[in-house]
Amino acid sequence: MAKIISDVVCPFCGTLCDDLEVKVSDDGKEILEVYNACVIGTEKFLHSQAKDRLTVPMKQDEEGNWNEVSVDDAVEYTAQMLCNAKKPLMYGWSSTNCEAQSKGHEIAELVGGVVDNTATVCHGTTLIAVQDVGVPSCTLGEVKNRADRIVFWGCNPAHAHPRHMSRYSIFPRGFFTGKGHKARKMVVVDPRSTDTAKMADLHMQIEQGRDYELLSALRVAIRGNPLPETVAGIPRETIQDVAETLKSGRFVVIFFGMGVTQSLSKNHNIDIAIALTRDLNDYTKAAIMPMRGHYNVTGSGQVLGWQFGYPFCVDLSRGFARYNPGDSTSNDLLRRGEVDAVFVLGSDPGAHFPISSVKKIAQLPSVCVEPHYTPTTAVCKLHMPVAFVGVEEGGCAYRMDNVPIETRKVVEPPEGMLSDEEFLERVLERVKEIKGVA
Amino acid sequence: MAEYLIKNGFVFDPVLEINGDKVDIAIKDGKIVQSTEIKNPTVVDAAGKTVMAGGVDIHAHVAGPKVNVGRNYRPEDKLFNYEPRKGVKRMAGGFSVPTVFRTGYKYAQMGYTTVMEAAMPPLYARHTHEEMRDTPILDQGAYPVFGNNWFVLEYLKNHEVENAAAYISWLLRTTRGYAIKIVNPGGTEAWGWGLNCNSIHDPVPYFDITPAQIMKGLMDANEALRLPHSIHIHTNNLGNPGNYETTLDTFKLFQGEKPNNDFGREQVMHHTHVQFHSYGGDNWGNVESKADEIMNYVNNNDNMTMDLGCVTLDETTTMTADGPFEHHLTELNHLKWANTDVELETAAGVVPYIYSPNVKVCGIQWAIGLELALLAKDPMRVFITTDHPNAGPFFRYPRVMKWLMSQDAREAQMDALKWAEKVRSATLLSGLDRELTLYEIAAMTRAGTAKALGLSHMYGSLKPGLEADVAVYDYNPETAEDPELIEKAFGNAAYLFKGGEIVVKEGEVVSNGNKKTLWVDAKVAENPQVQRDVAEKFLRYYTVTQANYEVNEKVFMKNPYRIEVDATQ
Repeated sequence: MAKIISDVVCPFCGTLCDDLEVKVSDDGKEILEVYNACVIGTEKFLHSQAKDRLTVPMKQDEEGNWNEVSVDDAVEYTAQMLCNAKKPLMYGWSSTNCEAQSKGHEIAELVGGVVDNTATVCHGTTLIAVQDVGVPSCTLGEVKNRADRIVFWGCNPAHAHPRHMSRYSIFPRGFFTGKGHKARKMVVVDPRSTDTAKMADLHMQIEQGRDYELLSALRVAIRGNPLPETVAGIPRETIQDVAETLKSGRFVVIFFGMGVTQSLSKNHNIDIAIALTRDLNDYTKAAIMPMRGHYNVTGSGQVLGWQFGYPFCVDLSRGFARYNPGDSTSNDLLRRGEVDAVFVLGSDPGAHFPISSVKKIAQLPSVCVEPHYTPTTAVCKLHMPVAFVGVEEGGCAYRMDNVPIETRKVVEPPEGMLSDEEFLERVLERVKEIKGVA
Repeated sequence: MAEYLIKNGFVFDPVLEINGDKVDIAIKDGKIVQSTEIKNPTVVDAAGKTVMAGGVDIHAHVAGPKVNVGRNYRPEDKLFNYEPRKGVKRMAGGFSVPTVFRTGYKYAQMGYTTVMEAAMPPLYARHTHEEMRDTPILDQGAYPVFGNNWFVLEYLKNHEVENAAAYISWLLRTTRGYAIKIVNPGGTEAWGWGLNCNSIHDPVPYFDITPAQIMKGLMDANEALRLPHSIHIHTNNLGNPGNYETTLDTFKLFQGEKPNNDFGREQVMHHTHVQFHSYGGDNWGNVESKADEIMNYVNNNDNMTMDLGCVTLDETTTMTADGPFEHHLTELNHLKWANTDVELETAAGVVPYIYSPNVKVCGIQWAIGLELALLAKDPMRVFITTDHPNAGPFFRYPRVMKWLMSQDAREAQMDALKWAEKVRSATLLSGLDRELTLYEIAAMTRAGTAKALGLSHMYGSLKPGLEADVAVYDYNPETAEDPELIEKAFGNAAYLFKGGEIVVKEGEVVSNGNKKTLWVDAKVAENPQVQRDVAEKFLRYYTVTQANYEVNEKVFMKNPYRIEVDATQ
């Protein structure tokens, strides 16, 4: 007899859908089916069942050969590496729960590490912009219940956040939005004709990298001031039309992704997108929201915030928390050769960092805590496999609108497998012994 | 557990009516006991020192989503104030929005042991509890906001107080909340459309109910539930010239109402940060103090309590569930603005603010906060707060005490204002020669707040049987003359005992204590209609499922302490 576990939270993207149903075998060991999830979310659950999954820590010797080691050895290597380093980089944290993040922060405090999360290569620019100009935002339920004007700027939810439009932004019928998508206007700004753009009422196919100009032009148009004939490849009339569409809405939401956060102008794009949102509040109600990628990158920013006061790239090496994006950010530290050990948990810099950074990781003492084989595990000295958070372990995660949800455990991990938090707890104990801290 | 005897101190305890007498305080098993009950105590010599119960803060914003927005979006708030890890202390920083560690340590150094988080959006309850869990030392609880909640608006519009009460009981239990908070009733829901309710009779868009009906209905529900604390109101029209009339209109809604509870609470409503609600005039040019009219009402109606919201003339970070107010403020000062509207429940905004001594209005605000306390006839009903961090950071309480206890200190600050004469003529402060005593301060910071919270069986006094939360200050009331000594001594407790354990010793934090998280479990008769309504709203309008809404006590709370109330009768 299989059993169904309901209200399961998906540990894939920042949409954090919490209505999944997972069918597990009677002994609670095997996931049979996943209902309600998108194709990526389903795969995340099913992937945990891979037969060839690594369950024993592996360490590279000097010739580059991988050998199995015990968990005790893995804990010892990690603790010694962190304690011996002058400035270890502790990167990742976006695919684990807040409890593990918290434990990692305590270790970082004791060893004088730098704690950075994946925002450093995605929405870190957004966080900087928020520090410049603030952010008028809302929860996704406000979008569902009130919003009648939706803008997707430099993002492609059809592929990256597959249930976003059906759960929150375009299709659902909410309290004041009884007609669902029929009463919503959808604007997409993207140089590519994505599957999201194809669905839009209006696709502004902007010239690549000219977002700042188009956002400026929209601010001008909203004020009713004159515009040149085209801006960023978009005709004046279209810009004026979009401005009018937004102003005439009852509740406007701008969602934006890495198309603007990591293109030319970076945080300045977000500064002006927020300024546009502020302007719209003089005429109607408007909010803006980043499309966060990892399911708990937002949580990492929150926990860092309440414990140290900054949302990413927090440098604890001087005995107090220091924050300086461009200086204390992972890639800057790696490429300047300023860190002497690398600890990765809950992300994959090997796949996403510039090759110059990845080469540096490969040269340093390094640990990757990760259930999968990834490009990062390939370059690190030690690969510590762990349980999947959100599948084999519960704990808190924050959705892209900062709403915290407790993820659920649906199956047992392979026998003897530690969770991130348990592994970090053991490292913390050992670090305290080495450092002689009570 | 260790036994302690705190000897020879000058004790101030309004509950026991001890006014500076030398009384020995005995501690055993985490409680205050009679001196005869201890056998082999560690003696703490408090000769020449002031002894009070641990401080109880009734209203501060110290944990939760808007507090964390304040931290994360203001890196500048951490400049020059970071403290390294030391002994039992984690590294800690932040001025107006300190990290959770700094919050715990700073309150402890002021001799405070209990602090209530004044506004918790229910959907973000988990976040609020996570921050409280990481805050060392302090016993804490959080007030979920109800004044713009769709369930409440709908039930009260239909005069269904019983259903509103059943819903409140459910929400308090689900979010592990402590009391009913009301912020800009109706106005924050209107803000969902960019609108506001500026008086207590402005109808809420769509819901067709007025703020007055919301507040009155929630009071009825609160008393039907027999909750330890009363409704906790931040009324409409905050921060606007002429708003004292709205405030008085709000007060009058509750005239003659009687409390109903078993916790010794005597008020039916608490109004918070009244300084922000006591303005006369009709524009910023002619704004003036109406503290006298406000306090005239408060003094003559003993079924209400209030706190001050004193402006401390600092750079700070304002944050409130009054979403439209924060938009108004950012239009005023053009500094950065954060806002979050929360589905079906509330909203919140965050804007930095500088209360400059060079700005006339800031001087007037500073004076009004102090006037309210100096005009109070019953210090057991009027409490010291800064609405942290809205009117100033909480660690300025000792400075506020200095101003309240010394006319010289007030006048020195008044003289230092750029527009001192204009402030004098728009306010009453210079005409008030009252200087509050330590006995009155103890009422305003401990005995009164504990009683108003329905926690006088645990905190606020040195009565045997209560929690052994005791603060010892290096302040000799017989010889101290310089008012600066007040600020210094009360910001650096010589000793703090929390639950019978020494947490601060000679000004240093030596333990992270064993904090409790307080919440109220009010039992009501089974109510199928409310159960059905909750299920339907979650299915159709929320974006989390009902099963994922409840705060898991084991995961998210440190030492949960449930206060049970039986409202089934």
